[in-house]
Amino acid sequence: MAPATAAPRAPAKENGKAEATIEPVLVVSGLRAYFQTSSFGVEREVRAVDDISFHVGANEIYGLAGESSSGKTTLIKTVAGAIRPPLRVLSGSVVFDFRGRRVSVYDSDPQVMDEIRWKHLSYIMQGSMNVLNPVRRVRHSFVDFAFRHIGRKMPEFMDIVRTHLQRLHLTPAVLDAYPHQLSGGMRQRVTIALATVCRPEFIIADEPTTALDVIVQNGVLAMLRDVQREIRSSIIFVTHDMAVHANLCDRLGIMYAGRLVEEGRTADVFKAPKHPYTAHLIASLPRIGYVAARKGLEGTPPNLADPPSGCRFHPRCPLAADICRRQAPPMTWSSPGHRVACFAAATGSAQ
Amino acid sequence: MTPPLLEVREVVKAYSMGSVLSRHRIRAVEGVSFTMKAERPEIFTIIGESGSGKTTLARMILNTVSPTAGTIRFRGTDLSKIWRGRDRLAFMRGVQPIFQNPFDAFNPLKQIDRYLFTTARRMAGLRTVKEIEDRADQALKKVGLSLVEIRGRFPHELSGGQLQRIAIARALISTPALIVADEPVSMIDASLRMSIVNLLRNLRDEMGVSIIYITHDLATAYYISDRIIIMRKGRVVEGGDARAVLDNPQHPYSIQLKQAVLSPDAAGSGGALLSAGLVESQAELGELT
Repeated sequence: MAPATAAPRAPAKENGKAEATIEPVLVVSGLRAYFQTSSFGVEREVRAVDDISFHVGANEIYGLAGESSSGKTTLIKTVAGAIRPPLRVLSGSVVFDFRGRRVSVYDSDPQVMDEIRWKHLSYIMQGSMNVLNPVRRVRHSFVDFAFRHIGRKMPEFMDIVRTHLQRLHLTPAVLDAYPHQLSGGMRQRVTIALATVCRPEFIIADEPTTALDVIVQNGVLAMLRDVQREIRSSIIFVTHDMAVHANLCDRLGIMYAGRLVEEGRTADVFKAPKHPYTAHLIASLPRIGYVAARKGLEGTPPNLADPPSGCRFHPRCPLAADICRRQAPPMTWSSPGHRVACFAAATGSAQ
Repeated sequence: MTPPLLEVREVVKAYSMGSVLSRHRIRAVEGVSFTMKAERPEIFTIIGESGSGKTTLARMILNTVSPTAGTIRFRGTDLSKIWRGRDRLAFMRGVQPIFQNPFDAFNPLKQIDRYLFTTARRMAGLRTVKEIEDRADQALKKVGLSLVEIRGRFPHELSGGQLQRIAIARALISTPALIVADEPVSMIDASLRMSIVNLLRNLRDEMGVSIIYITHDLATAYYISDRIIIMRKGRVVEGGDARAVLDNPQHPYSIQLKQAVLSPDAAGSGGALLSAGLVESQAELGELT
């Protein structure tokens, strides 16, 4: 664990001009979180989050993209401080700045974290069916999640919940419904309402729209965006759907096999991807109106218990050189606000 | 004249819901008709939201659910008239499924090659070990794998993309004329998705297999389909040549659907294109209150 005195600085302050004005709300530096198991003397280590540093500014939507088992869910769980053995944080720090109140997730008392959770830092989970208690009315979930944090009397609390639901285009009648009576889109909106009712400064959203249909997804995303604008919170938005990232996020980080491989403003990343993996992800997106053949990526995602040496992408990379097999590329700034971990990108040949 | 490969005529499926006292019927599929010709293999896409009846329709084509009304004929044989085991086996040889989630489709405790061997024995009627293994290997080669790679492996040792390829290889063992693929790429990672979609296209072009591709993803549908139908609440709202329908949708629902598709070209727009869905959510509220 890094000493608490070493206050991490936002990397953007040193480099980018545009972002220098944005105060980071979250600064993650050098974070490593491994799953370590040992059964019958066999030690196994899965490096799900390996040396990740990034920051999220105030009032910003930060997208995290990557395929399954790239460690994106582990990363946000670690950021939220919601980890359990065998997952352990080996080094690095996660520091939030909630409007002047600095909280370091791995150096604070559990009581402080309890107080922070939901009031300042909330989490929208993937399966809305699993978040809401199936045998209790939705009202019960709201009382369970938010009553203590809002700290008002019950009738006043229910008024706050009702106004909040109306803001999210939900009728207060949903409070008396059971989760199974609501459609998938409505349930997902209820979980978003649950996560935003305390007006938190920071929201972590883990694939909140993956199971939804296009039309419903569009509506849920629009609503999330409106709520974010209104309560001026920051969001880390995780999904593997690049089209969602393109439409929602201000900045985008791409993860591959437990590492951040590229990060930049969404428009920059889509216009000029620097890492070959990002370039492939964007080039392979099918679009309505285009029928030209698009290639899939050869090979399979690496096993994190035994990752490839050097750059973890090199077995699938069309540009892999000798150095990629031996050495892991460091994250370097290619232009203000845009950084990439690739040797080939440094010479500008990734595209 | 040869009978069409698949003929679906005015098919209806109704489910009874509720208890004895408050019984009501839900019509999952309501009067759907289409025909797939035997002469030319094609990819026929069924698009619809969840609850639009597309999976029920697929199950009726696979003959695991029988329609309440209407007929489905495969190569001229009415599916509801298949009684004998021999006829059923012949039907299953001709029509094979691929499911949405390859991790759910395979038993985690069973070695993956057993599925291929069992299918080769039951569906292709092969007897000797060598014949069976050769057939399995051939099928795997068509999807870009080989028996050596997967022999003795369990599902958790393979990626989602590999498992889905194996599921397709398994379906190919009986040399089917029609494959029903129910959302085959929605659980697959982005970097592997296009290779599966391309594989479906190859099956049509090189092996002459017709495919019913069920999805809610308009972009991949546009990429591979020849013909398309758009379903809503059990009914077909629009259908025809895939490119023509998706380039210029006519029905209000199809237009809404196309507008709701998020384009990757809008990078950095900051959510300017997110709005179309709210119309639908208002309608939903009406139903609850």
